[in-house]
Amino acid sequence: MSLWSVTLATLKKDIRLEWRSKDALNSMLFFSLLVVVIFMFSFDPLAEESRHIVGGLVWVGFLFAAVMALNQTWARELRNQVLDAYRVSPAPATALFLAKALGNFIFVSVLEALMTPLFVIFYNLRVLGPAWQLIPVAVLGTWALVVNGTFFAAISLRTRSREIMLPLLLFPISIPAVVSMVAATTSILTGEDSAHFYIVLLLTYDVVFTTACLALFEKILHAE
Amino acid sequence: MKRLFPILSAITAALLAYALYQALVVAPTDAQQGDVYRIIYYHVPSAWTAFLLFFINFIASIQYLASGKDSSRRAAKWIVIAVGVLGVVVTFLPQVKAQLVSTGMRPSAMATTVLCIPAFYFLVGWLFPGDRLDVLALTTAEVGVVFCTIVLVTGPIWAKPVWGIWWAPGDIRLTSTLVLWLIYVSYLILRRFSNSAQTQMLAAALAVFGALDVPLVYFSIWFFRTQHPQPVIGGGGSMDPRMLHTLLISWMAFLCFAFLVCWSRFRLELLHREVEAVHAMKSLVGKDRVPVGTSLPLSRRPQ
Repeated sequence: MSLWSVTLATLKKDIRLEWRSKDALNSMLFFSLLVVVIFMFSFDPLAEESRHIVGGLVWVGFLFAAVMALNQTWARELRNQVLDAYRVSPAPATALFLAKALGNFIFVSVLEALMTPLFVIFYNLRVLGPAWQLIPVAVLGTWALVVNGTFFAAISLRTRSREIMLPLLLFPISIPAVVSMVAATTSILTGEDSAHFYIVLLLTYDVVFTTACLALFEKILHAE
Repeated sequence: MKRLFPILSAITAALLAYALYQALVVAPTDAQQGDVYRIIYYHVPSAWTAFLLFFINFIASIQYLASGKDSSRRAAKWIVIAVGVLGVVVTFLPQVKAQLVSTGMRPSAMATTVLCIPAFYFLVGWLFPGDRLDVLALTTAEVGVVFCTIVLVTGPIWAKPVWGIWWAPGDIRLTSTLVLWLIYVSYLILRRFSNSAQTQMLAAALAVFGALDVPLVYFSIWFFRTQHPQPVIGGGGSMDPRMLHTLLISWMAFLCFAFLVCWSRFRLELLHREVEAVHAMKSLVGKDRVPVGTSLPLSRRPQ
């Protein structure tokens, strides 16, 4: 079995599961809707101010919401000892990791696509900089959150109170990614600075941590 | 070795007392900041000690991750050698050399620092075989967090009278140190919350992730204006030789102190694991049949 066939099969299975149950997506959507509303009440900004703070609000909201999906990634495989079956199967561990990370990437991207219009409506946003640059920022930023999140979800699976462990491990490591995403989004929204530096930094972050995750995941999966 | 411990304790106590005397009495008062500046004799040595301990933790974690299979051990060995060689070569490239000299750093000093990576790697691997690598990683992380906390506490105490603010949110050194502290606290939490045989592998992976993260943190705040004073050692700064002398004595005292604490923590953790192994053995074979003094070999890795 090749890497890609295993990845595709696992990815299809995850998407089908999510399509039928919609567990992760529904909870993420409602959670981030709550975040939008609560932030709106707590700050009540003018359009001019909101351009400066909304980059932070959007990404913090997505980060918190993504944790819900990430927590379910591996917990789902514990039922009926599916994870143990993965361990003894000859399928490469990296394929399993890639499938899970891609699945989470798709879920969080769907969430972002649905929530961004809401942010625009609630905060009266109008982009002053080059708007197309928001797309690479969103893609790279989401992958940065998701790739480490999937890895750390696999780590926190082995601990007591695993749902609490994931954010405790994920947030410190994600700080440079969050700083870059927020700074890039703010500079695009306000049109004051160039976002190139932060996009390159996000790309570096993605490359470094994707490599590290792929290299170390087998150790984590088979750690006994 | 056990007899060395009290001797080293006495030396450390003497050094710490001497360093305190030097810092408070002998070192001259700073022309601009007055006596407030004397906190650097605690702040800076703590920072250097903490970074050194985190560095050892990183090296030990890599060694531990690589020690599973022969192939991965060989790969890690060659990668580390390559890093050392490449680092030295890059430092002496004309462009990099000019860049380094313009920021006031000596290329030879930089090359020596880079060479520390393979040197530490092989030294740690040779001195701490098997599971002792993991004990070393745990010990250095715990003591490192303590020293890093000292840095983060003494920094604002100094900053309030000198800068007028407790904390400069966009500052590159402050933020990097804070994130480093956060990463290692999460490392200790992971070790606390996971008490299975897998903990060691998971913690080692997290330590490697943390080490990869630090340069990225540094660059992500690159664009902000940095408020922290430029390093006065090797940065071409103008420091009174007596101040430098006091600073180095302080550092030596702190290093001895850290080594002492690490040593006793290391021994404690080894004993703790031995006790656990005996308990596990007892529950396996029944209480009566364990002969006195039985212990599992600690160097045996969990399969």
